[in-house]
Amino acid sequence: MTIDLEDLGLDAGGYLIVQRALRDLPIGSRLAVHGRDPALRVHLAVWSREQGHGIDLSGPAPTVVKGSATTARWSRARRAGDPGPDGTLPHADVRWGLAMRGALVEEGGPPLHADLIDRGVVWAEAAQQLYQHGAARQWNPDTAVRWDAPFALPSEIEGAVVQVMTYLVENEYAAMQIPAGFIARMHPHYREVMQVLAIQVADEARHVEVFTRRAMLRSSEMGVSGAGGRASLQTLLDETDFSLAAFLLSVLGEGSFLDLLEFITRHAPDPVTREVAGLALRDERRHVAFGMAHLKYAADADRALLGRLRTAVERRHDALADTAGLNQDVFDSLVVLAAHAWTPESLRSGWNAVQALQKAMNEGRQRRLVQLGFPSDEAVELSALHTRNFM
Amino acid sequence: MTLLMGAVAYDPKVVTIWEGFRRFLVDHGLPFDFILYSHYERQAEDLVAGRIDAAWNSPLAWVRARRLAGAAGARLEALVMRDTDRDLRSVIVVRGGSGVESLSGLDGATVGVGAVDSPQATLLPLSLLRNHGLAAGTNLTIRRFDVGVGLHGDHVGGERDAARALIAGEVDAACMIDASHLLFAREGLFTASSTRIIAETEPYDHCNMTTGPSADPVLAARFRELLLGMSYEDAELRSLLDLEGLKTWRPGRTSGYQALESAVDEARFYGEDGALLADDYRP
Repeated sequence: MTIDLEDLGLDAGGYLIVQRALRDLPIGSRLAVHGRDPALRVHLAVWSREQGHGIDLSGPAPTVVKGSATTARWSRARRAGDPGPDGTLPHADVRWGLAMRGALVEEGGPPLHADLIDRGVVWAEAAQQLYQHGAARQWNPDTAVRWDAPFALPSEIEGAVVQVMTYLVENEYAAMQIPAGFIARMHPHYREVMQVLAIQVADEARHVEVFTRRAMLRSSEMGVSGAGGRASLQTLLDETDFSLAAFLLSVLGEGSFLDLLEFITRHAPDPVTREVAGLALRDERRHVAFGMAHLKYAADADRALLGRLRTAVERRHDALADTAGLNQDVFDSLVVLAAHAWTPESLRSGWNAVQALQKAMNEGRQRRLVQLGFPSDEAVELSALHTRNFM
Repeated sequence: MTLLMGAVAYDPKVVTIWEGFRRFLVDHGLPFDFILYSHYERQAEDLVAGRIDAAWNSPLAWVRARRLAGAAGARLEALVMRDTDRDLRSVIVVRGGSGVESLSGLDGATVGVGAVDSPQATLLPLSLLRNHGLAAGTNLTIRRFDVGVGLHGDHVGGERDAARALIAGEVDAACMIDASHLLFAREGLFTASSTRIIAETEPYDHCNMTTGPSADPVLAARFRELLLGMSYEDAELRSLLDLEGLKTWRPGRTSGYQALESAVDEARFYGEDGALLADDYRP
């Protein structure tokens, strides 16, 4: 076979033409390379040597004799599944490293340090859809909230808002760190799940920003942080099992937070508080939806999962039995926030609203537990064991 | 009994390569170890003296070891070499617009070469020039770029400095191995038509794995067999073979060193007995 590089040098991309011509030739085939680049002979000899091909310089045109090295490099390569959403394999090989799903993976290279490598352990059928939804609905904290909206609150009401924001921020830190930790442990073969978690982390980063900005809007002194609340969050951070963490954080914790954020949106004493809670609520719905979708998938793959979820709730309850749970200041601040004023009648109304909130949280948890497959009496029992800290 | 091999640490990757090869060889039942030298001269002397059993030799180290062994009545064997050690050429390069078309155009010129002990960028090209009637001190000025002296040109720095001097107009021609010409073009040091090759040496061979008088013949044969059996299909070996710059080991041959033997004699670099003659060579 013969090719002509015209005046293109091997050092300027000419090797691509040679490579392409050799690609489908059998090993041992001869390829005469014509061209006008003065260095062609010298460079072709070097290139052939580097690539493991032979070179014959005896004729008028230098001739490459195809060697076996290129074929040898890829002889044991395997495809890492298929690129599309249906292309995942039940088990992802750590030897694929960071190769894209569907890539032809050369053998060798360092194995990936990932332990979440089984579809049954991480997957959710809705992952792709939830990621796309999340990516399309990202909002700009600077413009999505009317930070300069006029309002004036009595100092006790403002203090209650600051306390609630202080509480929300520490909960958002947990909700940001937990998925971030799982991303680092996950095989990118299940990229849709990684993408969902990454969007979740970005969501929480914005929640941290808007809650912090609202807290600092009128006040330079933040609220208190109770040891019991932090102990409750620590048990979430300590949970290393992906499904159990999704259950405790997304389904029970963020599930309860849907009601809490809805409560704040409804009872907010000022427009900024209402808007920041409303924006966070939108994102948290998606986080809960992913947790539910994952657990349904995982429970289908492993019928013993429900038993483990139950044990996780009980274990967490036992671990937190001696702690205070929700800080009294946070509880009181929710009452005051909903009261809007410092009168007996307003406080009664705030108190009743918080009672209704707790009832709604409890019912929401029970509803989700039943959706996951728990019998309703067990759902009642498990919901009652959920942390008093809400998250 | 262990087969002890010497290699020159011209680059940190040498440790990675030989640690990896050692693991492979030991896993395949060959008691093998290696020691690293800072330059080739001591390695060649130790090989012939039997302090090491094998040496991963540069072509110049082969020439010296062969001469030392001849003087001492010791026997050496070129056991294996890389596929990429066969039939290399050195080139003499001028600037594209210089008007110099052939070696005769270099009469009275300044020529940039690599390190004093580089076969490919100094000894062999200077021999080519000499055979065309061009010699240092008479009708040629040599500008030497001594980088990594003692490493027998394994360090590309001298060639690169000579190439830079050519582009900068500080020398009229530069000498380098063929692969470096392509490398400097890929790196952008040479741009299209900025240089022209006016002469090439005849093909010559580069490194070989030499066994010395102390090598146990059975171990040496097993060493040869295991190296020749290394497959580029093996992913673990492939990364090491890539680092060492080969696809496959080939049987050793000594037919490709004649031009270097002559160049060494012409330059009075080593004596017939392997003695170091070059005054300005300080490895």
